[in-house]
Amino acid sequence: MTDVPLSAQLINLFASVILLLAFAMLAQRRVLTLINLFALQGLTLALSTLVVAVTTGQTHLYWSAGLTLALKAVLLPWILHRLVRRLEVKWDVEPLIKVPTTMLVGIALVIISFNVALPISQLSSTVSRGTLGIALASVMLAFLMMITRSKAIPQVVGFLAMENGLFLAATSATYGMPMVVELGIALDVLVGAIILGVFFFQIREQFDSLDIRNLEKLKER
Amino acid sequence: MPILLPIDVLLLAACAWLAVGFAGILAPRNFFFISKILFPLGAAVAVLAGLTSLRFLGGAAETAVLAIGLPGLPFHLRLDNLTAVFALLVGFAAAGISIFAAGYFRKGEGTAPGLMCLQYHVFLASMLLVLLADDAYAFMVAWECMALSSFFLVTTEHRHAEIRRAGYLYLLIAHVGAIAILLSFGVMTAGSGDYSFAGMRAQQLSSFWASVAFLLALFGFGAKAGLLPVHVWLPEAHPAAPSPVSAMMSGVMLKTAIYGLLRVSFDLVGSPIWWWGVVAMTVGLATAVFGVLYSTVQSDMKRLLAYSSIENIGLLAVALGLALLFHAYRMDGLAALAMTALLYHCLAHAGFKSLLFLCTGSVLHATKERSLGKLGGLIHRMPWVAWLALAGVIASAGLPPLSGFVSEWLLLQAFLFSPGLPHSWLNMVVPVAAAVVALVAALAGFAMVKFYGIVFLGQMREEALKEAQDAGPWERAGLLWLAGLTLALGVLPSTVIGIIDAATAQLLGTGLAERVEEHGWLLLAPITPERASYQPLIFLVVIVAAGLLGRILVRRLYHGRGRRTAAWDCGYVFQGPRAQDTAEGFSQPIRRIFEPMFRMERHFPTLRDEKPYYSVKVEDHLWHWLYLPLARLVNGISTLITALQGGRIAIYLLYSFLTLIVLLLVARP
Repeated sequence: MTDVPLSAQLINLFASVILLLAFAMLAQRRVLTLINLFALQGLTLALSTLVVAVTTGQTHLYWSAGLTLALKAVLLPWILHRLVRRLEVKWDVEPLIKVPTTMLVGIALVIISFNVALPISQLSSTVSRGTLGIALASVMLAFLMMITRSKAIPQVVGFLAMENGLFLAATSATYGMPMVVELGIALDVLVGAIILGVFFFQIREQFDSLDIRNLEKLKER
Repeated sequence: MPILLPIDVLLLAACAWLAVGFAGILAPRNFFFISKILFPLGAAVAVLAGLTSLRFLGGAAETAVLAIGLPGLPFHLRLDNLTAVFALLVGFAAAGISIFAAGYFRKGEGTAPGLMCLQYHVFLASMLLVLLADDAYAFMVAWECMALSSFFLVTTEHRHAEIRRAGYLYLLIAHVGAIAILLSFGVMTAGSGDYSFAGMRAQQLSSFWASVAFLLALFGFGAKAGLLPVHVWLPEAHPAAPSPVSAMMSGVMLKTAIYGLLRVSFDLVGSPIWWWGVVAMTVGLATAVFGVLYSTVQSDMKRLLAYSSIENIGLLAVALGLALLFHAYRMDGLAALAMTALLYHCLAHAGFKSLLFLCTGSVLHATKERSLGKLGGLIHRMPWVAWLALAGVIASAGLPPLSGFVSEWLLLQAFLFSPGLPHSWLNMVVPVAAAVVALVAALAGFAMVKFYGIVFLGQMREEALKEAQDAGPWERAGLLWLAGLTLALGVLPSTVIGIIDAATAQLLGTGLAERVEEHGWLLLAPITPERASYQPLIFLVVIVAAGLLGRILVRRLYHGRGRRTAAWDCGYVFQGPRAQDTAEGFSQPIRRIFEPMFRMERHFPTLRDEKPYYSVKVEDHLWHWLYLPLARLVNGISTLITALQGGRIAIYLLYSFLTLIVLLLVARP
């Protein structure tokens, strides 16, 4: 590891920041801070994609980077902020599992992800192949966050963060997905967020709270 | 070289049916357009399909590839003689039923007429495609279209809970059967991945896998045909459907299942093993006895006919078993006899059972009554329907000179040769089966006497029946067509055997036509005239002449001294309609004799009853022994599975999360 080019170092740095942010999100109890962390993760992701784009000269990656910046660092956090303000849910998040336990599980997940990703990244020939493990880990951590949170908004943030991880995996393993697929996913995420926003209002109206434990009543019998 | 091959014409006929169906959607509420233009158009297409098949019979097989469906997986179609016999059946039976339907449907009943028209014609087209299919994919697609369209037709009057229940039962069993059929096809590909029928023919299956394929097919097609123990949908669905639909399902759709069985067991799976024949025969006999016994004790006229259909399907399975048995022992001449009986009975049943179901439809419309106990004496108000129903009843009872007799006679002839089987057990046991078949035929006669006597003869049991109107011209035309077919099948057996012989020859390598045709069209002698022969036309002429002679003699000898009195008066001074035999009373001896076969709930009046009444409810043992325990089992398992569904999103997410991790760990490169 003596002669690692600057670009690869930068990519690794950004990837580590993303992982760090994922852990921070896992530990964060305040909704607004959670959204800010998510925005920060989106920004880092965009920067990382930009570096890959500059290094490899793939034009469509520029578009990806721009799209990520616009969507994940600006638009979605803005929508979520608005939602939080409209719904007045600034209170602390109550995780189902204690935060320290969650962190320990998260570390175990990171180890598993690195272990799983190692043989795959050896097959890949991209500059950014080392970050595959990190990408997988951030997907897992976001998933874990969705499981451990009982309020609706943190769950949606977890869902969006999972998409961030997937995007990182795509760029690091194969220089991004085809443009059409990427656009499609971006649109999906946007639409998903909007629909979920509508659902928040419905849930609140129905149960007077955004606690998804209320939804347990909806099962059959 | 003609421009359009027969297979193209049949394909066009299927497309034309679809087009007629979708034309109905364009004006779903335009009653006149749909009933007086589209349905007759559909009948014309049906006649075209029937005539094309008739002209094709005896020709060389034709194939076509239709590039629809999934990419790289086109529909393979093939028209051979077996297909043509059944396409003939579909076309000619559907023609009569469609004409009848043109006059049958009334405004404001159940589904919108346009939708009904669509479902009906999709049903017809999919039946034709089932017959034409030459790969498992096309077959299953058409098969499922057939099941779904008929399900919607059954639930036309879906506002009644019992009809929805009947439809559900039908759909459920149809799907269980379809799974078995799909598995059977899968076994027959032998892992080659080639799902075309040609590919299946080329496979050499071991006897174990061939038997698995056969048994799966027997179960799967049996579920559609109504073989025991998967018959329960039939007596529910047939009465629930409107009469033309019952006629179509009973007369035509059940035969597609028989077609499938023939296709698999004689064509696709290779050479049969002798015990398949025994299995088919045993199941068939059980079904036939069950069906006929239950049909004698019914008091709803459509249920009676539905059970009678089960009986006929049982007889067809017996014929199939016999053909398999002879074929397995390379006695192909006798196998051809059994096969001819089978195909003949398919045609005959399609004619007379459709006819009878349509007659019940006319009665239902005229009287609003399905229960036999409230009908009676309708021959005075509905002479057309009554006389045409008589043709169906005679054929169904297996009496000469109509169609049912010919096929049952051929079947019994085939049985008489079974002592020649080179197997000591079989040649002792199979003749017993012949005795059972004879018993079934006799009981079928009883059921038909009950049906006809109680509906049409005697005195009217209700005042309201005096208002009954005879069928309209469209309905009469449809009934006449089917009665004509029944008569033609009855009096021209040699000609008909000559027509369907191509299919027999295709399946078995040898036919019956040469031996039959050397005696001319008048005399039917399947083996030799010394052994057994039948001259239906002479029989008919003698019957008619004797009848006329009797009438003339009575008129001459008793001229002026005859007097009219109420029917079935039996010489009593006072005999009202209420004192006639009821539907329940008529079949009471049968119920007594075969008591262990029925599950009965009876209520007897006691001395202290203010309003004494007697009631008897006959139920199916299998329902309580097999279906209810099975339903409870499924319910129990699904309750266990609901435990997984706790309703907590976190738990659901955890499921997928754990699955993801396990998969990542297991599926490592």
